[in-house]
Amino acid sequence: MHPFTLSRISDSSAAIVAHARDPHAAFIAGGTDLIGLIKDRATRPDRLLDINGLPGMAAIEILPDGGLRIGALARMSDVAADMEVRHRYPVIAESLLFAASGQLRNMASMGGNIMQRTRCAYFRDEDDLPCNKRRPGSGCAALYGVNRNHAIFGWSDNCVATHPSDVAVAFAALDANVIIRGPDRERSIPFTDFHCLPGHTPERDNVIERGDLIVAVEVPARIEGRASHYLKVRDRQSYEFALVSAAVAVAIDGKRIESARLALGGVAHKPWRLRAAEEALRAIPLNETDKLKLAIRRSFTDARPLTHNAFKVELAQRVVLRALQIAGARA
Amino acid sequence: MISTQTSQALTVQVNMNVNGEARSFAVEPRTTLLDALRNELGLTGPKKSCDRGECGSCTVHIDGRRVLSCMTLAAMHAGQQITTIEGLERDGQLHPVQQAFIEYDGFQCGFCTSGQIMSAIAMIREAQAGWPSAATEDVTKAFRGADLSEAEIRERMSGNLCRCSCYPNIVDAIAEAARRT
Repeated sequence: MHPFTLSRISDSSAAIVAHARDPHAAFIAGGTDLIGLIKDRATRPDRLLDINGLPGMAAIEILPDGGLRIGALARMSDVAADMEVRHRYPVIAESLLFAASGQLRNMASMGGNIMQRTRCAYFRDEDDLPCNKRRPGSGCAALYGVNRNHAIFGWSDNCVATHPSDVAVAFAALDANVIIRGPDRERSIPFTDFHCLPGHTPERDNVIERGDLIVAVEVPARIEGRASHYLKVRDRQSYEFALVSAAVAVAIDGKRIESARLALGGVAHKPWRLRAAEEALRAIPLNETDKLKLAIRRSFTDARPLTHNAFKVELAQRVVLRALQIAGARA
Repeated sequence: MISTQTSQALTVQVNMNVNGEARSFAVEPRTTLLDALRNELGLTGPKKSCDRGECGSCTVHIDGRRVLSCMTLAAMHAGQQITTIEGLERDGQLHPVQQAFIEYDGFQCGFCTSGQIMSAIAMIREAQAGWPSAATEDVTKAFRGADLSEAEIRERMSGNLCRCSCYPNIVDAIAEAARRT
């Protein structure tokens, strides 16, 4: 492993200043992604800032207005086991439980989870294959390479990678906000604006700037999360990243869909919200499958599959439909 | 050469409690907990297999929780309680999960076994504490230790791979140990 220094920081202002000042510094919490990236030489920080001792950042709490706040240092396993989260937002608990393994969930922080870098095999390769995300300007080996696991939406010729997080898909569907503390101020970023599309700068995964520290993710009180579900399809049944996944939350009026929130994982550089389908699903009875299918299809007119992943276009629509039916049964 | 000199200058002293004993050692900050346990403390129970968080053979407990020692740095765990397979036996008695693995023949080559056992011990505690899993039918309901079915055990143990594919016996051993716990 590339050598680095390690300092334990117990004050968030000090952590932010240290990070802002040093372009080769990185925060470390659970470390389950960062240590792998350093071992694979995909990142080479000279200085790790251990933020595990920052006070008050591991709390999972219901806010006075009824919203949910998950501290950035809360561990995936603690969030997934939390009874309030399980009752009010099953989609969050399920997305966490379908990710990684028991050991990794005990280590991995929520802030680190949404900062995870892609699992694209070309990006992760120790031999440093062409990858614009890893080495800007070197090309994209996946564009005409083996791209079965890659994007069908929003990709560019510079990068066809997907985002690996499961809970990020749930957060996108629930219109969560990422609370970020920077050198000057604290700000709240809508979850769907947190991750970037690759465009001409695929090395940039998200809007985080130097000196920015994620302190929490919040789900606003107005979001109805009870009738929700996370459905993940993968090559093996457990301990695997998604081929395609869907996070769905619905509100039902009688038998008809009053509102539906749909996001897909495994299909783009960021969690992919299906706004057109959400609009089209309004007022459709939950048991009219053919109408549901047509409404869902509205969000797939701009799908652009690659050489090996055309199957994802059909699979994703089926995954959304099934997740919608399961979520609806919880209403 | 430069990096060697740099890292020697950066050696840090780490104090932690390992298997009930206070231990102190000096390592580079980049040393994983796994490498520190094996190379500094001579505890070779935790195995270095994939070294990428994919196989589970390096599983140990930190403050009672199962974690992968290959994916964390030793110096991040100063002051914490580490338990490895070497620390399970009490007064000559094996831990019930160790005993069950012997009775149910829960291994062939044995390379994954210490990770399987460390993982299973903490997994049983997680289930008894009411944690659900991806195999749990309804996460909105409380989970009881008695709900720890074969499907639940397989899902909760999926982070521990066995190249000999000894899974049926591993699952039987864990189910029996859970009943006895």
